[in-house]
Amino acid sequence: MSTYAQKKGVGAVLWDYLTTVDHKKIAILYLIAGGFFFLVGGLEAMFIRIQLAVPGNDFVSAGVYNEILTMHGTTMIFLAAMPLIFAFMNAVMPLQIGARDVAFPFLNSLGFWLFFFGGVFLNLSWFLGGAPDAGWTSYASLSLASEGHGIDFYVLGLQISGAGTLIGGINFLVTIINMRAPGMTYMRMPLFTWTTFVTSALILFAFPPLTVALFLMLFDRLFGGNFFNPDMGGNTIIWEHLFWIFGHPEVYILVLPAFGIFSEIFAIFSRKRLFGYSSMVFATVLIGFLGFMVWAHHMFTTGLGPIANAIFSVATMAIAVPTGIKIFNWLFTMWGGSIKFTTPMLYAIAFIPTFTMGGVTGVMLASAAQDYQFHDSYFVVAHFHYVIVGGVVFALLGGLHLYWPKMFGTMLNEALGKITFWLFLIGFHLTFFIQHFLGLMGMPRRIFTFNSGQGFDMANMVSTVGAFFMAVATIVLLINIVMTIAKNEKVGGDPWGDGRTLEWALPSPPPFYNFKQLPLVRGLDAFWIEKMEGNKEMTPAEPIGDIHMPNNSFVPFVISLGLFIAAFGAMYHNEHSWGIPVLIIGMLVVFGSMFFRSVKDDHGYHIHKEELMDDDKGGKA
Amino acid sequence: MKRLAKGRLLFMLAVTTLFLAGCGEPFISTLQPAGEVAQTQYDLMLLSTFIMVGVIIVVTVIFLIVLFKFRRKDDKIPKQVEGSHKLEIIWTVIPILLLLVLAVPTVAATFDLADVSPMEEKNEEGKTDVTVVNVKANLYWWEFEYPNQGIVTSQELVVPTDEKVYFNLLSTDVKHSFWIPAAGGKLDTNTENTNKFWLEFNSEKADEVGNIFYGKCAELCGPSHALMDFKVKAISKDDFNAWAEDLASMEEAAQPETASAEQGQEIFNQSCIGCHAVTPTGANAVGPNLTTFGDRTHIAGYLEHTEENLKAWIKDPEEFKPGNKMTDQYGNLSDEEIDALTDYLMGLKVED
Repeated sequence: MSTYAQKKGVGAVLWDYLTTVDHKKIAILYLIAGGFFFLVGGLEAMFIRIQLAVPGNDFVSAGVYNEILTMHGTTMIFLAAMPLIFAFMNAVMPLQIGARDVAFPFLNSLGFWLFFFGGVFLNLSWFLGGAPDAGWTSYASLSLASEGHGIDFYVLGLQISGAGTLIGGINFLVTIINMRAPGMTYMRMPLFTWTTFVTSALILFAFPPLTVALFLMLFDRLFGGNFFNPDMGGNTIIWEHLFWIFGHPEVYILVLPAFGIFSEIFAIFSRKRLFGYSSMVFATVLIGFLGFMVWAHHMFTTGLGPIANAIFSVATMAIAVPTGIKIFNWLFTMWGGSIKFTTPMLYAIAFIPTFTMGGVTGVMLASAAQDYQFHDSYFVVAHFHYVIVGGVVFALLGGLHLYWPKMFGTMLNEALGKITFWLFLIGFHLTFFIQHFLGLMGMPRRIFTFNSGQGFDMANMVSTVGAFFMAVATIVLLINIVMTIAKNEKVGGDPWGDGRTLEWALPSPPPFYNFKQLPLVRGLDAFWIEKMEGNKEMTPAEPIGDIHMPNNSFVPFVISLGLFIAAFGAMYHNEHSWGIPVLIIGMLVVFGSMFFRSVKDDHGYHIHKEELMDDDKGGKA
Repeated sequence: MKRLAKGRLLFMLAVTTLFLAGCGEPFISTLQPAGEVAQTQYDLMLLSTFIMVGVIIVVTVIFLIVLFKFRRKDDKIPKQVEGSHKLEIIWTVIPILLLLVLAVPTVAATFDLADVSPMEEKNEEGKTDVTVVNVKANLYWWEFEYPNQGIVTSQELVVPTDEKVYFNLLSTDVKHSFWIPAAGGKLDTNTENTNKFWLEFNSEKADEVGNIFYGKCAELCGPSHALMDFKVKAISKDDFNAWAEDLASMEEAAQPETASAEQGQEIFNQSCIGCHAVTPTGANAVGPNLTTFGDRTHIAGYLEHTEENLKAWIKDPEEFKPGNKMTDQYGNLSDEEIDALTDYLMGLKVED
């Protein structure tokens, strides 16, 4: 497909991407958008560390600092980590189960554009009077007291992008249930597919509470509601519950796919099947299930009382068990293996001790009585960065190197990749390890400055120095990406040489219909089984026949744009007379394009089997 | 062999304790506990740290063996192992046991720290036999009301040492969180319900820090969240009673002693008294109670207690605590007026 694209002009390529319903192209869109927001969030992180480098610094003012810290958290979670994970899910999962696309290609595109417009909307707050400033948790009393439109941007932006995420999750669920290739039973699915499956289920149950919470907040802020106003019989603690009923599973939504990526990396570069596959699957499901039972551990200091605190404390500790199972299974996947230290493997190896650190501080936090000391201190900041950077970001960087050839047909430079890795790893531990001690020494989180004489000076400086290492690492990564794109050296279908799952049986990048003939899956690590028997390709499960493909569509873009416009109307309706008309126009665009989609039959098209045969003769792309 | 292991464990314990004790300043660090609550929490930290370091050591040893022993040396395909039920049971059961070791004291401590029954028991006078403080958190200052003594202070919490002090916590605007790290963990001040807990301050530890501990707001509450500090003066029960009686017996504001301070009092009575009381009564005030302003150790909760800082603060509070509620409430005061006001405020003392 890329050969076709090269012949087209820039406008045609742009139009192609605006209308695409191909999961591989949507993956690239997610990668670009998520990568962009990752850089934005990273820049915000650097501002935070510069501000805190020395006591009494005035690099940014108190109010702006709160906006930066809010946007750093919100951007990194919702606009960087989630879409980047969706990028890999889209790029890899359908290939891993031997499908030609996701179940609902149109919805896949809609999910992306909703996320994108939601993210753009949220970030426009910087230019339109100030960003949200109540933290990514946006606790109700503070967010209702917050002046300006910052919180409105937060509520509306997350509502729009959250809808996209929910749609994406449902789509992946249906895809995995319905579209597995012949022979691909549940217990033969690669672990990344399994984690995508469980994550999608978590999204299905976790995002509705967020949607409810955001709607209540929306009505309180913009339409005179009093859900969170105690003077009118409302209650701010409800927000905390709703937010964390979403917020805790969200952590697992992020980290389970990361576990999936690492499971693939360990197996590939150890040349060994995953140790204890079935217990890995079981542990994944168990973590997902328990993830819904523990939200109140974020609220130990809210005053829920000792009974609730004790129950949630013990329930939270229980999560350490399946997580521990996973760590040991990964170690024993490598045990007796033949380990090759590629860039993805370096990230996976570094992940084990890093994530173990984050896990054990998690157990400490789970213990309610101690948590009264840790809560809202830098100890928590250190903990969740060990989990989210050490778990999720390492997986995203490792996954980027691992799947880059599958997505683009070229290899990222290994030498530069390793430089990025070492800089990032050193910078990460330098930044965050010492923050455990800052918290224990009494430094609260989310403070824009601190006085000297409290013992915080040196550690904060060390932490800032570490952050610069990570910034340099990111720059090296960008250079690597630019160089790789410029060189454009094509590689084959299994560039790492040890691919085990179905995606490596396809050319890189795969043709737009993925599989000419759906493959016959004969066990776990289907491609590996064929390779071990001397086969170069998968055994087909069907004769060559016509392939039914969906048409591209611009409608998802228009629906999302409509919501984007409506959101501006809703936000300004209290002070500008054009607010309500704009809200109505936006919603008309949304419902109009939905109506158009509903009444216009779009049956897609067929690739005829003769064309597929021709493709073969014309040499494999 | 067993004794050796035990000795080593003790040694490790001692080293860790020493190492952690070197961390931070004694008036604010959770690692130098200055009371029963902080001590309970510190002991739990140590217990969990030891369990967790044990886990990390096991993981690290396997990790290092794997990295050195199983590098790729040739192109051989290793044996494809499915798993091992024995191993999997081991690493399921052992963590469960370790967690039980931590869970039992955690649950016990959680209930212990939440036991506020003594503050509910009222005697014939309708008072409690224990020391109770009603804390009101405001943007960005703290009010402390002593219902038994019938007095109100702000910004500096005075507590008796070596006994449990019980707190009622509430916020008047947005959510804050009440934290005295050296004395124990935090509890939020919600906007809709009163939270209760207790802390204890050890007299020896209080002596070490000159009787002053630092308190913090731990919940993001707006631009000046970082500056919403308060100080805790932990003094002996006798000193506390004497202080409280002195304060309670004050029926009118401390009288100015110099001409300048007298002028300051006039200005104060015109511009400031609407929000700031100078007698130790009147809970739920708009602004901090200033009855004992001259005795305080800090201005605005975090600045050094000097006349220059006070003058600068009165001149432009916004420069120090952005988003505070005092800015623009009292018009423009000339430098002379501020000087006079400063003299007056610095003279507001009950202690000698």
